[in-house]
Amino acid sequence: MKELTYKEMGLLDEEYQKIIEIMGREPNYLELGMFSVMWSEHCGYKNSRPLLKNFPTEGSQVIQGPGENAGVVDIGDGQALVFKIESHNHPSAIEPYQGAATGVGGIVRDIFTMGARPIALLNSLRFAELDDARVRELFSGVVAGIAGYGNCLGIPAVGGEVYFNPAYKGNPLVNAMCVGLVNTDEIALAVANEIDSPIMIVGAKTGRDGIHGATFASEELSESSQSKRPSVQVGDPFMEKLLIEACLQLIKEDLVAGMQDLGAAGLTSSIAETASKKGLGVEVDVLQVPRREQGMTPYEVMLSESQERMLIVPRTGKEERIKEIFDKWGLDAVVIGRVSGDGMFKVYEGEELVGAVPVMELTEGCPVYVRQGQKAEYYQRCRAFDINSLPEEKPEPALRKLLASPNIASKRWVFSQYDYQVMTNTAIVPGDGDAAVLRIKDTSKGVAMTTDCNSRFVYLDPYLGGVLTVCEAARNLACVGARPLALTNCLNFGSPEKPDIYWQMEQAIKGMADAARELDTPVVSGNVSLYNETVEGAIYPTPVVGMAGLLKDIDYRCDMAFKDEGDLIVLLGELRDQLGGSEYLYVCHGIQSGAVPPVDIKNEKSLVEMLLSLNADGLCKSCHDISDGGLAVCLAESAIKGGRGFTVDFDFENKRTDGVLFSEAPERAVISINADKLKKVQELANSKGLQTQVLGQVGGKDLLFKNCGQEIIRMSLADAGQIWEEAIESLMK
Amino acid sequence: MKFGIIVFPGSNCDADCLHVMKNVMKQESEYIWHQESDLSAYDAIILPGGFSYGDYLRTGAIARFSPIMSAVVDYARQGGLVIGICNGFQILLEVGLLPGAMLRNRSLKFICDTVNLKVRQANTPFSNKLEEGQIIQVPIAHGEGNYYCDEKTLQELNDNKQIIFTYCGPEGEESLEYNPNGSLANIAGICNEKGNVLGMMPHPERCSEAVLGGTDGYKIFASMLNYLEEVGR
Repeated sequence: MKELTYKEMGLLDEEYQKIIEIMGREPNYLELGMFSVMWSEHCGYKNSRPLLKNFPTEGSQVIQGPGENAGVVDIGDGQALVFKIESHNHPSAIEPYQGAATGVGGIVRDIFTMGARPIALLNSLRFAELDDARVRELFSGVVAGIAGYGNCLGIPAVGGEVYFNPAYKGNPLVNAMCVGLVNTDEIALAVANEIDSPIMIVGAKTGRDGIHGATFASEELSESSQSKRPSVQVGDPFMEKLLIEACLQLIKEDLVAGMQDLGAAGLTSSIAETASKKGLGVEVDVLQVPRREQGMTPYEVMLSESQERMLIVPRTGKEERIKEIFDKWGLDAVVIGRVSGDGMFKVYEGEELVGAVPVMELTEGCPVYVRQGQKAEYYQRCRAFDINSLPEEKPEPALRKLLASPNIASKRWVFSQYDYQVMTNTAIVPGDGDAAVLRIKDTSKGVAMTTDCNSRFVYLDPYLGGVLTVCEAARNLACVGARPLALTNCLNFGSPEKPDIYWQMEQAIKGMADAARELDTPVVSGNVSLYNETVEGAIYPTPVVGMAGLLKDIDYRCDMAFKDEGDLIVLLGELRDQLGGSEYLYVCHGIQSGAVPPVDIKNEKSLVEMLLSLNADGLCKSCHDISDGGLAVCLAESAIKGGRGFTVDFDFENKRTDGVLFSEAPERAVISINADKLKKVQELANSKGLQTQVLGQVGGKDLLFKNCGQEIIRMSLADAGQIWEEAIESLMK
Repeated sequence: MKFGIIVFPGSNCDADCLHVMKNVMKQESEYIWHQESDLSAYDAIILPGGFSYGDYLRTGAIARFSPIMSAVVDYARQGGLVIGICNGFQILLEVGLLPGAMLRNRSLKFICDTVNLKVRQANTPFSNKLEEGQIIQVPIAHGEGNYYCDEKTLQELNDNKQIIFTYCGPEGEESLEYNPNGSLANIAGICNEKGNVLGMMPHPERCSEAVLGGTDGYKIFASMLNYLEEVGR
């Protein structure tokens, strides 16, 4: 393998100088490699760390915030949820199936490393548009990769989101989230605390795959990226399944002091992170590491990102029992080194010392850059865009176009490839509600989860977009009846070295932090993916939120389907008509611009509380928030899912018709209720300071919209359903 | 009654089956590791879904060589009740307890959905709590559920009334449109000639409790219990 220079490893001149200062000499090739991966953005967060400090991370519900493999949140009865979201963008851009598959594998390891049984997968995907053959190939490859890996593990993929926008051309986003369930007294942390403890590696053999994956993830994609296919790892879900079962058994029997998965930066990172927490050192002999290729150098062994490997630090005297458990599952556990007390990370090849680096410098010494952001030039221009200069599209054709837009249409083509029912907990399946709901066996509880990000909003107004992303996630959980508990995020941006991109990061993070604080949904884990750029520019800023919530009683969950003829359809919140950044503007006018609808976080919080009260009292028969496609699409989806039409007839109040129908302004949801419950709903709304408005009734076989008695749209339910159900499938044929 | 649930390293519906048998059907139930070979303690055996040994080759192709499968074959030949669900069905085909083979789904994609099944035979150990012609709804989740056999075998399956469940529409319509994977004659589940071994692609354990959206699967397990109580092993 050709030797790389420090620049090719992604290090800057000043970073190289700092390494020389730390070492007191020039580093050798192995040491340089170790520094370069640990100091990459992916592992070191050198550009994002100062910004991440803004996130609220504490709350009475938080058991473990950021800094471990995943966050942990209390759900009562001695149980906790463990969850995190992570990106696998660049590998998926090059090799979609394996890139996405190993993304799932990595996030699942983060969860069971904490001692939790993985119980759900979600994802958040972004592609360019489906008229491009390469995009279809990426899309189907990514979905098949997620399916191939997750289905084999037997972890249900219960939710997620998929968006298509030219902004992701050449740089798709693949973010995977995993949620685990753990007894609070069995939470495991990745800490080695006893000097002389052996360090074991278990799982797959180490190969040359994925070397410098962490570095590759931290640079822009270019023409030469295709040549980095060797940086993409290959997944073996069966091996991962064995690891899950064996490792959870180790934790159940309290056999390990520390456990760490081998992810980005492989052995280097997992060993350094395990040792550095207590300021210890470590000695490791690369010759002991089982390999699947001949002639691997210490550099290759230490930097390999081969998948499905775990690092284990046994409790004293427990090695034999550990070996027995691994034997049962047909896994080899091998001692490759020991914990030392000198704070050094020493790498041996047999007897020969081939590298020695201070552990703390690898994990904590990474330089941190506080950059100066600059408002993007497009910001004012887009805000000032005058929507009144646009003609109104006729309502019915507009609704048809929206229902057919892959951003709004049914995602059945995607989720039907995922096993979403294995583990027999899924109480609201993908597509049926605003969030996925799982029951927790042996309790009356349920948990709900969602991933959200309207990246067009974030692009047009990073601060507001950040606020809206968190608000939408909380609203989605409340719609199914779950109290939002905490969130994880995956911050996908372009290059932080560009002032306007740094500004996007700064503002979006501030917005998310403000909303998370107000809604009491602290950030408990996350991941940063920067340099999502191609020669054509940066992606839309996409700070994806994964949020989890709790239902005290699973029987009071609520989906979005209309249920019975004659039920009243009620709007919670105001009639609004702001169209900035809406899918309507894009689909019907080809414009991605305008002022993003403002949001009052306090008001959004009242809505969340209102929805929770309604659901706790069993008042809602259906509940669906207003988001992509606005009020009209919200109603259409509830009708399609329920197989029942509706008539809504209300006063559009001199607002633009397209605005009322298609505005994506927040703080709103639509519920259907038994007519005799109206008074109760109105009283509740008054007590929360929220407006309600009866829009109409469920019934018939048409979607019928009227403005003060005058017909605006009449579309047959069958028609609408067919357009919405078949849109993506027909594009993929 | 005592149920044994076979666990291969890559089984992933084993816990689901145990949960239903234990907590819903209230029966004594336990796991049986794939390296074991004694089934004498059990009144019925469940081969659960999953990816037995990873199934990178043909599904179930390696599982047939495991020690436990020789025991399952003997158990079945002595008349013991065996139900294979999804991967369990695939393994029953590979090991020869049921005729035919599985191809990849017509779409070449994994499919997860809830489908309608028509009950074709109600006088079997697995369907006696159902009515002949009844339409039930049961989830599916598989990449290789496209059942195939030669013409002679299909004739025998028909003649011996071995086809227990077929895919259909909400009104019982049988057509390609309602066949999710392209299986021959819309076959979703078949039994052996003696009737004591059933293989089915759909997952009854995923619809045995109301919270999961349906309880038609419950009736399949209840049929097994009913049979065991009436006839004994």
